[in-house]
Amino acid sequence: MMEIEDLKELIELLRDTDITDLQLEKNGTKIRIRRERLLSSIEVPTQKASGVSEKISVETEKEAQRLITVTSPIVGTFYRAPSPEAEPFVEVNSVVKKGQVLCIIEAMKLMNEIESEVDGAVVKILVENGQPVEYGEPLFLIEPM
Amino acid sequence: MKQFKKILIANRGEISIRIIRACRDLGIKTVAVYSDIEKESLHRKLADEAVCIGPANVMQSYLNIPAILSAAEITDSDAIHPGYGFLSENYHFAEACVTSGLTFIGPTPENIRLGGDKAKARQIMKRKGVPVVPGSDGPIVSEEMALKAAKKVGFPIVLKASAGGGGHGMKIVKEEKDIEQAFYMAQREALTAFGNSELYVEKYIPNVRHIEVQIMSDNKGNVVHLGDRDCSIQRRHQKLLEESPSPVLSTEKFRKRIGELGVKAARAIKYKNVGTVEFIVDAEGNIYFMEINTRIQVEHPVTETVTGIDIIKEQIKLAAGLPLELKQNQIKPAGHAIECRINAEDPERFIPSPGKITFLAVPGGPGVRLDAAIYCGYVVPTHYDSLIAKLIVHGKDRTEAIARMRRALDEFIIDGVKTTIPFHKKVLNNPDFLKGEFNTDFVEKLNSIEH
Repeated sequence: MMEIEDLKELIELLRDTDITDLQLEKNGTKIRIRRERLLSSIEVPTQKASGVSEKISVETEKEAQRLITVTSPIVGTFYRAPSPEAEPFVEVNSVVKKGQVLCIIEAMKLMNEIESEVDGAVVKILVENGQPVEYGEPLFLIEPM
Repeated sequence: MKQFKKILIANRGEISIRIIRACRDLGIKTVAVYSDIEKESLHRKLADEAVCIGPANVMQSYLNIPAILSAAEITDSDAIHPGYGFLSENYHFAEACVTSGLTFIGPTPENIRLGGDKAKARQIMKRKGVPVVPGSDGPIVSEEMALKAAKKVGFPIVLKASAGGGGHGMKIVKEEKDIEQAFYMAQREALTAFGNSELYVEKYIPNVRHIEVQIMSDNKGNVVHLGDRDCSIQRRHQKLLEESPSPVLSTEKFRKRIGELGVKAARAIKYKNVGTVEFIVDAEGNIYFMEINTRIQVEHPVTETVTGIDIIKEQIKLAAGLPLELKQNQIKPAGHAIECRINAEDPERFIPSPGKITFLAVPGGPGVRLDAAIYCGYVVPTHYDSLIAKLIVHGKDRTEAIARMRRALDEFIIDGVKTTIPFHKKVLNNPDFLKGEFNTDFVEKLNSIEH
């Protein structure tokens, strides 16, 4: 049997990793922890019946579905800041407004500003500064607010 | 000479694979570009690198000049091969490549511009002594001009679009009373198809054969020809089967003459790189200049087969500034070659038949070459040209080439989409084709016998 404290510790341990799905079986008790990119709400439904497993589920799928992927509309080079010396337009966790510039894609010596389509928070930046990107390549994950 | 390290291929399908192969043989890296529905395409998989340049719509991908130039920039390519179709005969694109510091593998922008202006090209050829079909001297912009030119050469005449090709904006006018309507229809068609309503008048010549000459020129003004190709088997100006040499040019003297005219035409416009001079030949054996194609052509493999010259490799070397290695007397075509274009089309009605290829068995054996972009499970997209494979055979003479093509067509099995294989089998059993007696109306006649 696993104690609640153990579960908490396990979740804490996973929080800093990239693991999104973990299944454990010990002495007839099955535990499955699943998570998407956001750990916002945790639900621990416990069901105790004759020899039936205890379940723990991290309810984040709905959140994940809500995330918006910003893709590159053109082929070019991805820049996070307006110039090499300047601060990046956004960082992870930055709150952005609809129409706010997220990055620049340079194509044919022209700087094309890529704007957020929604109000939200930047969850992840998927491309390194200065990297080439192709049409349709995912650039940011935004959680709408 | 500058050696290319990496070439971006601004095309798709079989021709992009053909170019990848030439680059591999030369030790040059390749970059494929593709639209977002072509992630599973063979050209994307075979190239050293690949860049998605836009959605399925060609205007936003394969015709999107900024996207293609950006793809060349982010991949550090030093040259662009345009293939055929798409941007291959767009002189703005050729110019934009040069401005961006890239080598355009093809002729000069000026060559391309002139190749696209049929009325102007006619004028120059006439002046330089290359025979042209009797007709108007310059562009025709009014009904009165059309009538005057038509009366001068005598009815029947053909009205053609200056910027034309593929039969668009082309009208045959049998007598004077029909010219008004034909003029306005041709003008409207030309404007819609090419954005330019300029026309020219040519005398209508019945029973013609379409014979073209492959040429190669270097930057020093050396020009050679690689013999002729007969492309008379066509439907609505779309070629279906080509052969080299032409079965009609039976005398050595005639063959020499058309080759020399090809070289003369190339010199007349100071042509650079690889190109094709198209002629029509009438029943009496008169040769007339039609147009110059400023790109590599679909049917180039028949010439490669009989000459043993890799034209794409030569094209790349010429673009890099290398001089021609071969003299005219070193080019000795041998045997006979035939190419069948295998299109994903209903072979009776020529309606496109896109879809998934569920089974594929490809032909082989002596004298058989296949240039294709298909595999079992590949989905032929609805958005592009229906050409999926080119089957080329070589024989010591035309009889052997025909036997080999029949054998190869019988071995070629493609399930899931309809193809033009049954059509080609019919052509290869037609008595007129076997005798080598046919004109550009062959396919029309073949179909009318059956219906």
